[in-house]
Amino acid sequence: MWEQQLVNAISLGSVYALFALGFTLVFGVLGVINLSHGGIFMWGAYTSLALVTWFSMPLWIAFPAGMLCAGCLGLLIDILILKPLRNRQANHLMPMIATIGATILMTSLAQGVFGADNQRYPANLFPDLEFQWGETRLTLLQISITVLSLLLTAVMVWMLKRTRMGLALRAIAESRQTSALLGIPVERLFHMTSFMAAALGGAAGILIGLSFNAISPFMGQSMLHKGIAAVILGGLGDVRGAVLGGFFLGASEVFAVTFLSSDYRDAFSFGLLFLMLLWRPQGLFGTGKLREG
Amino acid sequence: MDWVSWWNAYSDIILGIGINGLLALSIYLTLSCGLLTLANAAFMGIGAYAGALVSMQTSWPFSVALFVATSLPATAAILIGIPLLRLTGVYLAMATLGFGEVVRIILLNMDITGGALGLNGIPPLTQWWHVLGTLILTVLLVVALKKSKMGRAFEAIREDETAARLMGIHTDRIKLFAFVLGAAIAGLAGGLSAHYTFTLSPGNFGFEAAVDILTMAVLGGIGGVPGPLMGAAILTILPELLRGLQDYRMAANGLILVMVVLFLPGGLWQPGRFRKRMSC
Repeated sequence: MWEQQLVNAISLGSVYALFALGFTLVFGVLGVINLSHGGIFMWGAYTSLALVTWFSMPLWIAFPAGMLCAGCLGLLIDILILKPLRNRQANHLMPMIATIGATILMTSLAQGVFGADNQRYPANLFPDLEFQWGETRLTLLQISITVLSLLLTAVMVWMLKRTRMGLALRAIAESRQTSALLGIPVERLFHMTSFMAAALGGAAGILIGLSFNAISPFMGQSMLHKGIAAVILGGLGDVRGAVLGGFFLGASEVFAVTFLSSDYRDAFSFGLLFLMLLWRPQGLFGTGKLREG
Repeated sequence: MDWVSWWNAYSDIILGIGINGLLALSIYLTLSCGLLTLANAAFMGIGAYAGALVSMQTSWPFSVALFVATSLPATAAILIGIPLLRLTGVYLAMATLGFGEVVRIILLNMDITGGALGLNGIPPLTQWWHVLGTLILTVLLVVALKKSKMGRAFEAIREDETAARLMGIHTDRIKLFAFVLGAAIAGLAGGLSAHYTFTLSPGNFGFEAAVDILTMAVLGGIGGVPGPLMGAAILTILPELLRGLQDYRMAANGLILVMVVLFLPGGLWQPGRFRKRMSC
């Protein structure tokens, strides 16, 4: 019983971490809250679904293709919406409002194209294997989801810590002007960041779609709220914090359902978010200085 | 077309404009202090449910129901406002968004609120002149506020909070005042609309509703009181005009929000624009 919940918590938490990672990356580098991350997540799930059902592609092609499409969507939003606002040096609330608009647009388009009802992946898309360890059950799907999420997260963290591009991104997060003066192609890296973050968001969408086997135009909204909770728990803009926040949120949800009640599962994550903002707005790993948001 | 049938056909939209106008003014108050709060839909929900429950469960008059619908959200706003308004910018926006979700989930799971089914059969007590009267009084109140010392303090806080505090403005108290007054207006709008629409469900007061309210204020602009009212009127009428688009109808709202932020950052109502052009 207990081990089973732990397994479920890790599996769910790894996807939350993946989603939160993209969200926090954009905030860390661009200094922008991108509220269209949920919409991108949802479109990632739908594109892979469309590829699988309309073009009968296998999942191993549809997954990266879905990520790619989500990434391009993120890039598009960066070019069309975030870049003009950057150039204008708009008030920090403006990107939030504009990306809310983009989300409404994306949700409405998904509703128009795919309908408002839940959609499923075709049966037998994924081999229905199950492993048992005493009382604990593990499906192959759960393992693949967890491994893929952890792998993508690890690649991202490695990229940030060990490559020249990661170094440049961290420099930009520190100071945009100085980085530009030092010859870092700031604008290109902004596009790159938006693309990568959105691709991670799209991957999370596909994995959540697979794990619950339900895709709907409204799945992005609740995920966005959870991503925000995870990111705030860990500290906005902090990569390590987003990953740990994702796992913490996954675990707290699974255990809240087991030991409390499923009705209040979502209220629980927001309660956490709330308390965190009151107690330590900078999050568990944030630095002492609170960014003037 | 005579007056009665015209009224029957359009009274929903006209009352809708009035109620949305109140909601847009409620978020205008906090926006004019430079605070982005997304809790107004939740306050509207608290007011709507509280007012409806008073009318359904007791025999108290409508005025008491509206009083409860106004004061309960205001009390909630005081309680959460004191700790939350220490946050700024995006942190405040996200915290209020979280509060809105918590309120929605609580409404969804309580017995007295009817759970997911919501409340049905609320007595239809709201008359058109209730809405019109409330709107006029609110507009007068907000205009008077804007011209008062308090209104200038709002502007000072929006421009530079630190400077405002150095000038001896009690920024914390004033921000709380704007937040609580906004909550009271939103709650009153909720109470009025509950007694008009007959039914309530928790879904009416979620994130989408919060965004709708914000869209009205942003579209109209926060340069003056006519802005939010214009935004409310346009966004109430527009869905009716776009009925033919069906599922794509909401896309127009999203597009408007993006376009306004990109091309019309001050909103539609900018009195300074004409004056500047004339002097040029």
